[in-house]
Amino acid sequence: MGQNISRRDFSKLLFTGAAGSALGVGAFSRRAGAANSRRVVVVGGGFGGASAAKYLKKLDPSLSVTLIEPKAVFYTCPFSNWVLGGLKTMQEIAQNYAVLKNRYKVVVLADTVVSVDGLKSTVKLKSGKVVGYDRLIVSPGIDFDFEAIEGYSKKVAESKMPHAYEAGPQTVLLQKQLHGMKDGGKVIICPPSNPFRCPPGPYERASLIANYLKEKKPKSKILILDAKEKFSKQGLFTKGWERLYPGMIEWRSASTGGRVLSVDSSAMSVITEFGPEKGDVINVIPPQRAGKIAFEAGLVDSSGWCPVNPISFESLIHPGIHVIGDACMAGAMPKSGFAASSQGKVTAAAIVRLFHGDVPVAPSLVNTCYSLIGPGYGVSVAGVYKLTTDGIVSIKGAGGLTPMDADDDQLSEEATFARGWYNNIAQDIWG
Amino acid sequence: MGEKMKLLLAAVMVFAASVHGGSELMADETAAVNPRGQILAFSCASCHGTDGKSVSIIPSFYGKSPEYLEMALKDFKSGKRYSTVMMRHAKGYTDEEIRLIAEYYGTVWQNNN
Repeated sequence: MGQNISRRDFSKLLFTGAAGSALGVGAFSRRAGAANSRRVVVVGGGFGGASAAKYLKKLDPSLSVTLIEPKAVFYTCPFSNWVLGGLKTMQEIAQNYAVLKNRYKVVVLADTVVSVDGLKSTVKLKSGKVVGYDRLIVSPGIDFDFEAIEGYSKKVAESKMPHAYEAGPQTVLLQKQLHGMKDGGKVIICPPSNPFRCPPGPYERASLIANYLKEKKPKSKILILDAKEKFSKQGLFTKGWERLYPGMIEWRSASTGGRVLSVDSSAMSVITEFGPEKGDVINVIPPQRAGKIAFEAGLVDSSGWCPVNPISFESLIHPGIHVIGDACMAGAMPKSGFAASSQGKVTAAAIVRLFHGDVPVAPSLVNTCYSLIGPGYGVSVAGVYKLTTDGIVSIKGAGGLTPMDADDDQLSEEATFARGWYNNIAQDIWG
Repeated sequence: MGEKMKLLLAAVMVFAASVHGGSELMADETAAVNPRGQILAFSCASCHGTDGKSVSIIPSFYGKSPEYLEMALKDFKSGKRYSTVMMRHAKGYTDEEIRLIAEYYGTVWQNNN
């Protein structure tokens, strides 16, 4: 746990990776020519990118903000497990960019960035169009390391063993497989090693698939073959599974036969260190790294993720380019949609202050993440973060999990608040 | 031109831009809002709605007095008031930060009225 950051440390951080470049001579003299036409380009319209675009315009409507996102409809990963559990429809997790365009006057381009020229400050799009920026925000989410598991590939994911860790067609495929499975079938879920998007995601998924199976195919089983020794909200999930789905869900840690070495999609089996396991539905969630464009733009270090200045999320590799959301390394913050949105707002505020010639204020970052174990059984984890000399750390004494001894009323209230959480965060970002 | 001069010039230009060029929203946000309060308060909007206008069962802040919001947050922090998750959040803020958050949501409402 680091100490509170001193003014001196703050200044030091501010100028790391030339975050202070906009305070330099170049930026100021440019301002004289183009005071009101500062351009920000945002790559990616998910939780991070859409939040940054909206809050940039909210803070300073005179900015020219362009959001580049190939998909007209964005299906959120949060609540896609609810779809698998039969508690939401795909339409209910669909977001679009109409409000950002019409109300906030964000220019939304349905296109894909193929390259970034940091020296010229331009991005090149798939259509051939070139767009210039004064500040670039890259929010590409994750990419999958399909090669990490022998026998697995994008093709296998799209045909037989969906990862369903990007909501959309993958969610629909997994749901279709669950609906087609016989009663008494076996569902295998293979969560990846850390770090990965939405740490409680695979376990909420197991819970809500169990909810569906309990209702429709009660003789079925779920086997979780984990690449880890422990997982997020483990105590709460385990207790919930015992209470709601006794005997239905089995979890194996990496060292007790959970580690997946390869898959055989024609035999529908998963090969672990302890031997093969056959499944009727197999959900393989591969290891992850920063989204593709972060690699193209050279924003990634040897870890596969993007190092950033924690004050403004400006890249430590390329000045003038900010990286937010799952793709960046944000200290103690998990890779979650909420965290990405929190980072998007902090980055928007920092960029507006830099444009105005002000020093960014110390960031305040938060995460709130609900997991549904059953329709009236919700649990949550909260985190409040601050900047210290060790980077972004959790504030001691704050945050944490739903208590293990929470009564049924609280678990039911948390399930209700989970629904409220979705409606409000979606409205705060896309609405 | 010396560095100090450039800074001064830039500051003047920024001031001019914010007064002259911005729309109502920009003038409101830059003129009256404490930037620290704003950055703290932005976090709350994810669950409580943009500007504290909730569209769900989660309570709105919009139109509530800074005094009420400050008291509620302090009561969550001390455990005097029941909550599911707010106690875990409120403990992450000093009393001064709570005051700034409460003041921000009071200001947003006042600026719109």
